[in-house]
Amino acid sequence: MNKCSRPRRNGVLWAAMLAVATLAGAADASAEDKGFEIAARSDRSDRGFGDSAVDLKMVLRNAAGQEATRELSLRTLEVPDESVGDKSLIVFGTPRDIEGTALLSHAKILDPDDQWLYLPALKRIKRISSVNKSGPFVGSEFAFEDFTSLELNKFEYEYLRGEACGDLECDVIERRPRYEHSGYTKQIAWIDREVHQIRKVEFYDRRGDLLKTLTLDDYRQYEGAYWRAHALHMVNHQTGKSTDLIYSEFRFGLGLSERDFDKGVLSRIH
Amino acid sequence: MRARTCGRFSRNVFLALLGAGLAAGAARAEEDSWHLSGMMAAEVRGFAEAPAYEGQSGGGQAAWILSPELDRRWRDGRRQLRVVPFLRLDDLDDERTHFDLREAYWRGVGDAWEVTVGVNRVFWGVTESRHLADVINQTDLVEDIDGEDKLGQPMIQLATDRPWGRLQAFALIGFRERTFSGPAGRLRTPPPVDEDAAIYESGAGSGRIDGVLRWSHYFGDWDVGAYWFHGTGREPQLIPDPARGRMLPLYRVIHQAGVDVQYTRNAWLWKLEAIAREGQGATFGAGVAGFEYTFYQVGRSAVDVGLLGEYLYDGRDDTAPPAFEDDDLFVGSRVAFNDPFDTAVLGGAIVDRHDGSVVAFLEAERRVGSRTKLELETRWFLNVAPNDTLRVFDRDSHVVLRVSRYF
Repeated sequence: MNKCSRPRRNGVLWAAMLAVATLAGAADASAEDKGFEIAARSDRSDRGFGDSAVDLKMVLRNAAGQEATRELSLRTLEVPDESVGDKSLIVFGTPRDIEGTALLSHAKILDPDDQWLYLPALKRIKRISSVNKSGPFVGSEFAFEDFTSLELNKFEYEYLRGEACGDLECDVIERRPRYEHSGYTKQIAWIDREVHQIRKVEFYDRRGDLLKTLTLDDYRQYEGAYWRAHALHMVNHQTGKSTDLIYSEFRFGLGLSERDFDKGVLSRIH
Repeated sequence: MRARTCGRFSRNVFLALLGAGLAAGAARAEEDSWHLSGMMAAEVRGFAEAPAYEGQSGGGQAAWILSPELDRRWRDGRRQLRVVPFLRLDDLDDERTHFDLREAYWRGVGDAWEVTVGVNRVFWGVTESRHLADVINQTDLVEDIDGEDKLGQPMIQLATDRPWGRLQAFALIGFRERTFSGPAGRLRTPPPVDEDAAIYESGAGSGRIDGVLRWSHYFGDWDVGAYWFHGTGREPQLIPDPARGRMLPLYRVIHQAGVDVQYTRNAWLWKLEAIAREGQGATFGAGVAGFEYTFYQVGRSAVDVGLLGEYLYDGRDDTAPPAFEDDDLFVGSRVAFNDPFDTAVLGGAIVDRHDGSVVAFLEAERRVGSRTKLELETRWFLNVAPNDTLRVFDRDSHVVLRVSRYF
C-alpha cells in the first residue's frame, strides 16, 4: 500500500514535540489521517468480493428535460493488491447502433490506466489514451475518472466534519486527486457512520467552483458483506444536465479470472 | 495457373459441415435464447460529374441494405453461435446487388484455448488512411473503396492468451473473390472487371486452404502485433481482356509478413503498419506510419478534436496489383462531440507527393432518436494526374446519404 505522501503517527513524544513546534501542522496531519481512515474503512468494507457483474441503465437528461437512454453491462475483477487497480469491462447493449462497443480498463493507481476500445462495425480493437480523465463518458455527466478512479490511493484525504445526511449521521471528508489530468481540484464526500458507504459527492472543477453533485441511493447488501448503490444521480450545476445510473441486481462469485480481462477478450465480444 | 474451376468445392463442403454444426449447436443451446438485432438502411449516392465510360448509368444510385444479427450464447458465454447475413439491393448496378454471409460461426472458449469454426471477419490494424496490415478478409469493394467493408471468410481459428501474448492460428478455407462494380456501375476501371472470370495461380483455384499465424501483445504503452500469411493474396492483378472488353482478376499465391504497432502516450497515439510481400512480381515492402493527437474538451466544451497525420509508402511495381498509396501524405481530423447522439466527424485528404493527386473524404454520423442513424459520406478525387492509379475514378467524386434503422 502506497501511503508515503501521508505523514505517519510516530508516537506520543513525537506528536507532543510537533504540537509544540507546529500546532497547526499536527492538526492537519490528524485530519488527513482521520480522512484517510474513514475513506479506507468505506473502501475496504466493499473489498474481497472477487468479481462482479451488473447490468445498468444510463439516462442522460439535458437542461430542457429531454432524455436519452443507454444500457450497458459491467464486469469487474477485483485485484486484491491496493497498489494495483481493478480490471473492468463495459459492453454497450443500446442504443442499438453502438451495440457491442466495449471498453476494457486495467486501472493503475497513479500511472495512466491501460484502456482499449472495441468498435464492432470494423471489429477493431483500439488502444486509447487514458489522459482524458475529465472527459464525459459517452456523453453523460459522468467523467471517465468518476468510473475508473475510485481506488483508495488515487486520492489524499482530509477530515472536515460530522453532520446529518438524510436519516443518517455522516462523516464529511475532502479528497484531492493525486493522479494527473483530473478535472477536479477536490471532491467532498459524505460517508455514513452506520455501514460506511458514500452517500453524496460534490465535485469542484479546476477553478475551484462547484461543478457536479452525485447522490447515491438504494444501497443493498450482498452476501452479508458488500454494499452497492443501485441508483446514482449526477447533476451538473454549470450546464443543468444530469445523468442517472440505474443498476440491476449485482452478481458475485462468477469465477472470473485475469483471462476474462485480457485484451484478447475484446475479440470475443461479438 | 488456371482458370477458375469448380474449385469452390472445399468451401461448399466446409459450409455444409458448418451448417450441420450450427444446427447441432443450436439444438444444444437450450440455456439461452437467440438474440436478434441488426439494421436496415436506405441509401442514395450522387455523383459530381457525368460518367466517363460507355455503359455506365448517369444520375444517382439508390440502395436498400438489410443485415440482421442472430446471436446465442450459453455456458456463461463460453459457447456462442452467431449469424450475420448481409444483403444490398442496388437500383443501378447488378454487381452491387449482392448477398454475403458476413458471419456464421460457432465459438468455444476453454481454459487455455479458444476455437472459432465458421465464417467470420477479423481486423488488424491501427492506421486511419489505409488498412495495410489487415489480411484475412476479402474487400467488398462494391460497398466502398476505403477497404473497410469485408466479405465473410470461412475459417477455423485457434487462439490462446498467454503471459507472453495472444497467439492465433488460422486455416482459411476457400477463397473469397473481390467484388467489383458492374458495367453500369460507377467507381470502376474502363473495361469493367469480370469478377466471375477469376484466374488463380494455385492449382487448387479458389479451394486453396490459406494459413496465418499471428502473435500480439502489449508492453506498457506499446501494443504490438506480427503475423505471417501464406496463401492466395486478396488483392488481384487486373489483366486486360480486350477481345471481350473486360479485365480479369488474377490472384497469385503470396507470402506476407506484417506488423502493426501503436505507442500510446498522453494524448498521442503513434502508429505503424508495415508489410513485406513476395509472390506478386518483385518482392516489395509497404508501410503507413503516423500519429493521432487529441485536444480533449476543446474550449471547455465536451468536444474532442483529433489531428491525424500519416505517411504512406508502397514499393510495389507494375507487376503487382495496383495501389495508389506509393508515396503519399495523409492529413485529417476526427471530431467527437461526446453528446447523447454520438455525433462524430472524420475528414481528411491523401496527397500524392509526386503528382499532387488528392483523394479527400468526409464522414459524419449522428443518431436521431434511439434507433435511427444518419450518415453522410463524401469522397472527392481532385487534381488527379493522368498516370495516377486513381485516374480511373477521376469523374466519380460522390456523396452518400444513408438512413439506418436498428432493431
